[in-house]
Amino acid sequence: MTMLPDRQPGAKALGLVIDLDTCVGCHACVVNCKQWNTAGYGAPLSDTEPYGDDPSGAWLNRVHSFEVTPADAPAQIVHFPKSCLHCEDAPCVTVCPTGASYKRAEDGIVLVDEDMCIGCGLCAWACPYGAREIDPVEQVMKKCTLCVDRIYNDNIPEEDRVPACVKTCPAEARHFGDLADPTSDVSMLVAERGGMDLMPEQGTKPVNKYLPPRPKAISDMAPLPAIAEPKADGGVLGWLDRALDRL
Amino acid sequence: MHPAVSVIFFTVTSGAGFGLMFLMGLGWPMPESGVGIFMALALAGLLSVAGLLSSTFHLGHPERAWRAVSQWRSSWLSREGVLAIVTLLVFGVYAFLWFFFGVRSGAAGVLMSVFAAATVFATAMIYAQLKTVPMWQTWLTPACYLAFSLTLGLVLAGMLNGNGVVGGLPTALWASLSILLAWALKMSWWNRAGSVGFSTTGSSVGSATGLGAIGDVKLFERPHTGENYLTREMVHQIGRKHASKLRLIAVALGALVPVLLMLGAASGMVPTLFLALAALSLLTGLFAERWLFFAEAKHAVSLYY
Amino acid sequence: MNEHVRLDTSPHVSDEVRKTTCYMCACRCGINVHLRDDGTGTGKKKIRYIEGNNDHPVNRGVLCAKGSAGIMQHYSPARLRKPLKRVGERGEGKFEEIEWDEALGIATGWLGDVRKSDPKKLAFFTGRDQSQSFTGWWAQQFGTPNFAAHGGFCSVNMAAAGIYTFGGAFWEFGSPDWKHTELFMLFGVAEDHDSNPIKLGLAELKRRGKKTIAINPVRTGYNAVADEWVGITPGTDGLFVLALVHELLKAGKVDVDYLIRYTNAPWLVVHAPGTAEHGLFARDADQKPLVIDRRTGKASPYSAQGVKPDLRGEIQLEDGRVARPAFHLLTDKYLDEGYAADQVSERTGVSADQIRSIAAQLAEAAFEKEIVIDRPWTDMKGERHEKMIGRPVAMHAMRGISAHSNGFQTCRSIHLLQILLGSIDCPGGFRYKPPYPRPVHAQPAPHGGGEPGKPLAGPQLGFMRSPQGLLLEEDGVTPQRIDKAYSWDAPMSSHGLMHMVIANAHARDPYGVDVLFMYMANMSWNSSMNTAGVMKMLTDKDENGDYIIPKLIYSDAYSSEMVAFADLVLPDTTYLERHDAISLLDRPISEPEAVCDAIRWPVLEPDRDVRGFQSVLIDLGARLGLPGMTNEDGTAKFKDYADYIQNHQRKPGIGPLAGWRGEDGSKTGRGEPNADQLQAYIDNGGFSQTHVPEEALYYKFANKAWQDFAVDMGIQDGPVECVFQLYLEPMAQFRLCAQGLAEPKTPDTHKQRILDCFDPLPDWYAPFEGEGIETSEYPFHALTQRPAAMYHSWGSQNAWLRQIHGHNPMYVPGDICDAVGLKTGDWAWVTSHHGKIKVPVQRMDAVNGKTMWTWNAIGKRKGAWALSDGAPEAEKGFLLNHLIHELLPPKSDGMRWSNSDPITGQAAWFDLRVNIEKAEAGEAESLPQFPAQDGPVPDGADGPLRYGAGWLKEFMTR
Repeated sequence: MTMLPDRQPGAKALGLVIDLDTCVGCHACVVNCKQWNTAGYGAPLSDTEPYGDDPSGAWLNRVHSFEVTPADAPAQIVHFPKSCLHCEDAPCVTVCPTGASYKRAEDGIVLVDEDMCIGCGLCAWACPYGAREIDPVEQVMKKCTLCVDRIYNDNIPEEDRVPACVKTCPAEARHFGDLADPTSDVSMLVAERGGMDLMPEQGTKPVNKYLPPRPKAISDMAPLPAIAEPKADGGVLGWLDRALDRL
Repeated sequence: MHPAVSVIFFTVTSGAGFGLMFLMGLGWPMPESGVGIFMALALAGLLSVAGLLSSTFHLGHPERAWRAVSQWRSSWLSREGVLAIVTLLVFGVYAFLWFFFGVRSGAAGVLMSVFAAATVFATAMIYAQLKTVPMWQTWLTPACYLAFSLTLGLVLAGMLNGNGVVGGLPTALWASLSILLAWALKMSWWNRAGSVGFSTTGSSVGSATGLGAIGDVKLFERPHTGENYLTREMVHQIGRKHASKLRLIAVALGALVPVLLMLGAASGMVPTLFLALAALSLLTGLFAERWLFFAEAKHAVSLYY
Repeated sequence: MNEHVRLDTSPHVSDEVRKTTCYMCACRCGINVHLRDDGTGTGKKKIRYIEGNNDHPVNRGVLCAKGSAGIMQHYSPARLRKPLKRVGERGEGKFEEIEWDEALGIATGWLGDVRKSDPKKLAFFTGRDQSQSFTGWWAQQFGTPNFAAHGGFCSVNMAAAGIYTFGGAFWEFGSPDWKHTELFMLFGVAEDHDSNPIKLGLAELKRRGKKTIAINPVRTGYNAVADEWVGITPGTDGLFVLALVHELLKAGKVDVDYLIRYTNAPWLVVHAPGTAEHGLFARDADQKPLVIDRRTGKASPYSAQGVKPDLRGEIQLEDGRVARPAFHLLTDKYLDEGYAADQVSERTGVSADQIRSIAAQLAEAAFEKEIVIDRPWTDMKGERHEKMIGRPVAMHAMRGISAHSNGFQTCRSIHLLQILLGSIDCPGGFRYKPPYPRPVHAQPAPHGGGEPGKPLAGPQLGFMRSPQGLLLEEDGVTPQRIDKAYSWDAPMSSHGLMHMVIANAHARDPYGVDVLFMYMANMSWNSSMNTAGVMKMLTDKDENGDYIIPKLIYSDAYSSEMVAFADLVLPDTTYLERHDAISLLDRPISEPEAVCDAIRWPVLEPDRDVRGFQSVLIDLGARLGLPGMTNEDGTAKFKDYADYIQNHQRKPGIGPLAGWRGEDGSKTGRGEPNADQLQAYIDNGGFSQTHVPEEALYYKFANKAWQDFAVDMGIQDGPVECVFQLYLEPMAQFRLCAQGLAEPKTPDTHKQRILDCFDPLPDWYAPFEGEGIETSEYPFHALTQRPAAMYHSWGSQNAWLRQIHGHNPMYVPGDICDAVGLKTGDWAWVTSHHGKIKVPVQRMDAVNGKTMWTWNAIGKRKGAWALSDGAPEAEKGFLLNHLIHELLPPKSDGMRWSNSDPITGQAAWFDLRVNIEKAEAGEAESLPQFPAQDGPVPDGADGPLRYGAGWLKEFMTR
């Protein structure tokens, strides 16, 4: 159904918490996601002209890099991974004319039933985040499934039942959990670090949260006091003498 | 936004077809000969159906287009599909009664007018509902779609009915008034579009990334060096010079030329020919207008690119 | 109501998981390769998924972008398929496919002739080799002195400075103590050999809320997440570090106890200018260095029982000479106002306030946040310590420090800083990974020579002890080695100078070679300075019409740019089709708390007529009758590399792999070969891991428990004393040679530079290129770094990674853009003293204001790597290499030095100075361009790639 499910008491809101303070922009999540999902949920994630003039393909997760210039500090780079935010008020779901796009009542994951997708692209237009891409070959809408085929998968070890991007992230910049549960690790992280919504003004109520970069500044610790006139014997060498005596 | 030819063609031609149906249903003067009736029905039917068919070329899987009528409760696209089908069904009944029995059923006509207008409105709402494209998200969008649809309908009706008179005015004058109204709406749409940016939603690169509180945010590197679906579909760049040229063409062919031709027609010069030429010019002008409608629209995703 | 009932949340993933070691870069992570029936009904297995191995000591389950793109690398259309013999001219890329027998026959003929006549006429250099203990051994058995891998153009300064100073090194040979450190300083690192461990470590610091200070002109990657950024001017890190040393010394914030116990700070240095002893350590009759004993005020051997060494003062030795503790010289040197923050600020581009603040932070972390671990340990002198004391300041440095002509001294300066703070191998400091510590005297010395038909007396590469060990011909000047390593050009080379091999062979200086044999080394493209020049050198002919470099054998798995220049191509396998040993004899995968090594094994069989390069070397070795590879009856000793890995013994009981030794696999480290050893590794996930005893976890350089454990493990045969060499005596010896006071005497040409650069105390001098040109003509610096998604990856052309980095802009600081009138999207000419390139420009502000940079090795030559001729890598991508010459600008006497560190010969890539100007509008194509090569493999398929489509069970009909 393209109507959004009514919020059931106790229902989960599974999602990701992405730490912009820690992401080094290595693209591990991007490629591992591609790898897991090109042979997993639904159609492959195709690539056109893979060895040609204009290589391009469908990816469910991409890392952007932004340059942020504070008023009173040097410019800094922030690496910015982005995939579907599994919004509570997901506009991509309600615009879908066929019911292919849907949000699961039990855990809030937004999925596309590819068999029902007509490839009209309207859901991608409705998404402010660029989280949906039509596969260039399969012509169906592809999006992050939150690895719904991993997180409940009895065929993989329990510790690995997290989205591929979360498992593979070397910088531990990606966290997965139930954001409806205020006691979950991810909810606590969000509370502690001031996790934020992207484009809250769009009213999409994203489930995924971003942890902002911690403040960076040139620290201004006071200089070390010199012992005395550095080169005079009573200076450093004198100090050294006393230090050696204490040993 | 990427201006897809099929969608431009669809919105303009189906708008013309439904506009004509709208007037037909209201009982606007139409030809009375069998050939004339056939021409009128064929034009209305073909324009709307051709438009609808063309819209399916835009789909990745047109063979599944039938699924699109299921989600009318939430989806304007689905509503548009449903409304278009209902309109065409009513049109079928109306056409059957008219063509075979010479009866322009008032009840079926009103119903057809209501549904035709609703269909055009639904088409416009597909765009106007999108918060992601602030340029589109205004009552002016459906107003423009409806006004242009009405205008196209009037010009076509005038062409068909030999510039028949309604309420003391020849159709060409009605059409001229409609065209002025439509372009007045479009001018205010453009006017708004020129200033709206992302201000209606308050979105910015800062809000898109959540980094605005730290400082001035700008893109450093795209995620991938090549293009992707999003950049091709939603981050379409159009040169400013290019855009202003196209606006001139849209206004010239979509307003000035048709009005001149219609004034000619109204002054009694071979109205059918002049109105046919006006319709052609208007269609061409509106193709340009619709191309710009997409090409100039900035999608929120562009904040990430 | 659920219309989507068909969603299967528990689908079948794979039929089988094979665990091996990644080779997409030098990090050597453990990977689980999921294989699945390919669905064609042939029963063939295809890779479904590659993920990190959760149990693996290196990556603990994570995997980077490169590792995750392994599928594309493995199935790349650029893979070579069969041995190739050149049929066209060199560089054209025209080949005929031949059988292995013929290929090996040709190679054996060429190599056999060389070995019989003059083995040094074989230059055997391996690029991205991870089997150097084997390839080096092979070359040693062959008898040529001309072997090295790519360390010389990568980061040898780092390795050499580390080993000479504290018997360890950055690279992947050590690691910050992520668990305990309070302050982490990262120098010159974009990505790193230790790619995933550093990311895991940074994550741990973030979790623990500990600070990272990044010193790097470019604020991307790790530097982007660092808490404080020092946007230093390239090549001035040493000066910055010595300014920190100045501040710390001035404030008395050094660990005096640590210095006395573990370093040569108290050792007496003879002060006798004009004599052959000046600057050398004062020694007793047993050659033990002397110290001033504070109890008696007299000179005493440093290791004497109960001695209390002084760090200051002056003493007249019995023979009348005057001597001072090294530390006294050290304080004299660094307390000089020339090292004061205000003095170095302009040159380094770092504000004096920031320098002083960082010094204060270092002191606070080291001395106010001292870590005490309640774990008694005993040092090598037998003294028991009740606790392990930590100075929790950790540092790491890499390429950006290394690739300068002052890199050795700069890296030494960083180690000096670490040691003054007492933070080497203590809790919270920088820790050794086994087999380190291994100081110079426990390392091999370099061996030269080379007699027809005989093996070399020892390994080619090692650490130079003193000028007497230089590898020179009898004239005392001419280098023995083709790359001039261990000659006056690069006396303490350590890893050779791969970047000079082709240039020297072409100039026949010191001599010409007959066969150039290379492995995984893209010397005709991104691995060379002066790329166009190198291409010409490879194709130049002599007056007889013969190539100046007569025969070129090359092994690679892919159709790289270098393949086109080979006469004979030996096609290698992919990393999933081969055996490898990541060995304790070489560069193992140990972590500070565990001795680890690993293997690769063929998790897939090749579907082409290719062979693992190491197996081919084994075969060639047998055909050539090389010792160690041939039985007495002349038959081959090893079937292949796997056989060698299991059965080769470097010395009795010690082989390439340490795990599951002994006939029944019950021994670790030492033990007889085990016929089931590889299977045991496979069963254990591809690696072995032996934990270091608790008592030996820190202070390994002086820890008795570590010494005992290392001997047990076969890492060393007896205790190895490791006294940190703050004052490096061999440098003083070289200076004496340059002064004509000691033998061998330095030739006049080299005297001044040895006097200038061979300071026995860590020193800073300006990078050479900037000194040899008008800096007003080339006012800016230009750097490259590899992007994280491609660092050290062989073949970044793969279908997925090339979408992320398909071309590269030049990132130009905003200030330069404004000054020169450039904006993003413009094209610009960048010029150096050597060349000119046309590049696309992108403005950037998070960078040192005088430094432009780009991603390295994105640019490809047309025709290579099975890419289309219009590929963005070739059209828009570019190399900075065209601006960098292997020689410095000529001096007034016409002499041109190698563009290298004068101590180690490390290629000074990052000394580059440039200018930039806007290019006229024209074709949007980077320059220079080269004619397309004919690839030995066809271009990759044009059609779309739908990886995994074969497993699609119930997808819609289209």
